[in-house]
Amino acid sequence: MKQLVCISSMPDTAAKISFTADQTHFNKEGVQYIMNPYDEWYALVRAVEMKEEHGGTITVCHVGTANNDTIIRKALAIGADEAVRVNKDPQDGYDVAVQIANVARDQEFDIIYTGKESIDYNAASVGAMLAELLDLPFISYANHMTYAHGKASVTREIEGGDEIVALPSPFILSASKGLAEQRIPNMRGIMMAKRKPLNVVEPVAVSQMARIVKYSTPPPREACEMIDPEDMDALVRKLAEEAKVI
Amino acid sequence: MSGRFTSHDYFQIDDLLSDDHLLARAAVRDWVTQQVSPIIEDYSNRAECPTHLFKGLAEIGAFGPSLPVEYGGGGMDEIGYGIIMQELERGDSGVRSMASVQGSLVMYPIFKYGSEAQKQKYLPALGSGSLVGCFGLTEPDHGSDPAAMETSIVKDGDAYLLHGSKMWITNAPIADVAVVWAKDERNKVVGILVERGTAGFSTPEIKGKWSLRASITGELVFEDVRIAKDQILPGVKGMKGPLSCLSKARYGIAWGAIGAALDCYDTALRYSLARKQFDRPIAGFQLTQKKLAEMITEITKAQLIAWRLGTLANAGKMTPAQISLAKRNNVLMALQVAREARQILGGMGIMQDYPIMRHLMNLETVITYEGTHDIHLLITGHDITGISAFS
Repeated sequence: MKQLVCISSMPDTAAKISFTADQTHFNKEGVQYIMNPYDEWYALVRAVEMKEEHGGTITVCHVGTANNDTIIRKALAIGADEAVRVNKDPQDGYDVAVQIANVARDQEFDIIYTGKESIDYNAASVGAMLAELLDLPFISYANHMTYAHGKASVTREIEGGDEIVALPSPFILSASKGLAEQRIPNMRGIMMAKRKPLNVVEPVAVSQMARIVKYSTPPPREACEMIDPEDMDALVRKLAEEAKVI
Repeated sequence: MSGRFTSHDYFQIDDLLSDDHLLARAAVRDWVTQQVSPIIEDYSNRAECPTHLFKGLAEIGAFGPSLPVEYGGGGMDEIGYGIIMQELERGDSGVRSMASVQGSLVMYPIFKYGSEAQKQKYLPALGSGSLVGCFGLTEPDHGSDPAAMETSIVKDGDAYLLHGSKMWITNAPIADVAVVWAKDERNKVVGILVERGTAGFSTPEIKGKWSLRASITGELVFEDVRIAKDQILPGVKGMKGPLSCLSKARYGIAWGAIGAALDCYDTALRYSLARKQFDRPIAGFQLTQKKLAEMITEITKAQLIAWRLGTLANAGKMTPAQISLAKRNNVLMALQVAREARQILGGMGIMQDYPIMRHLMNLETVITYEGTHDIHLLITGHDITGISAFS
């Protein structure tokens, strides 16, 4: 079977997040990037498990600049066979979806995976847009999948329980926690990744359909004040007079 | 309690590393964060070896990462090997020791000096963690002077008899196979592979350590153990056999110690920014800044020494004396950083809620094993003067 896993990059969860002075752009200075965990831990690893069970190939696709090649190499080290990088710093999710659709079209992938959302902008939009662009069914928030003879049974987490969906391939799935378990690449995989193809393709033109006007950050958290556990009077006084909660 | 580790790279030494190195470091860092850090204080407290980690160490490729893939290694370069050791020791020196011994002291001599049959029999199994190995050189009466070893191997019909004992052997009580160094009838040192279960071979545990408590240590006792000819490593005779293995392991320690130092520094830096005295973070006081500034200065120097040593190793130009200088400098650096970090944490510095005291105790072993701090100094002294201080 042929599988495609869409991987995106995002700031390391330990990175300090700030914006440019006019609050219109994310400040990338000094920020380390990682693969989106939903793409890596769940989508990619489930694809690797499927390959181990059913054979075939896994392609990963990333829309980004050469700065993110380390992230792509990590995906290859985990078990993808080849990578395609669309050489563009994408302007938004629609841009990403159009670029990936252009790569995937006519490739006859059986399953295309995205993470359920990126952990930076949380838009959860690329999978659905990609499905529309490729005219394929889309199953979101998948946390379990079985597959046999071209037919999948996918479990989705819904409010208060699960929903089980049956459908034939090809389809697009967005992966949430539970679909697989994180795999840490091993040294052999890291060395083999160097020999796997990473094809760079140029982007297609995309008109911007929406634009970000401004970002804002929550007010900084106030310092935590420690109170001596022996001094309950001070605690009660502060809760009553300063926090005004009692 | 000590929060998420943040690495420190004051001189942008990451720019000198390849994508493979950075990926390897990230992978091992993730593994240590998930598998080692949550359990290590408990195991260390109970003086128990987390033997289940052998499988995980094998799965990430920490055993013999710079050996060829066909023999169970990872095919990485020497900087890659060093970086893996650094990340493991950021977790615990004992866990790094598990990997150092298996890779550098067991797999390496079999790869370098073993027959093809020995390589095929042992290396893939050691690389996958299905076999655990240990390395026997030090004896009860011969630590810094291993050439005076008393363990002997003598011909007995179509086989040999091995007699003697080894001490301070990491992994001995759980090892399936031991690489043992003994003197033959012509007084030449030879390497022997001794399997658990061989008659006359026992591995009593050494208990009561205040250091490397999560690493298991023991003796190797040989009471006329019968050794077949095909259990002898055919490719080496003399002290260069064990010393070449020690060079490999000491190289890894020069990197590993930086990991312990980084963990202590990172803990102290974050604590000093959060801890307030006299209404301000203690990081704002000059004496705390002096400690922190000197710590990152020494860590940076050690990182550069390790990186340069790695480039020399990759080029085949690294000398044992250079390894001695690096091991000696970097382990002392780590010990001093741990002591200063403990001071910054005040009373909390001695608690198990933070990793510093464990690192500090571990490093007292690391500064002693694989060549003591003083012996490494004398190796440097010998190298620069041409005069040996101990022979």
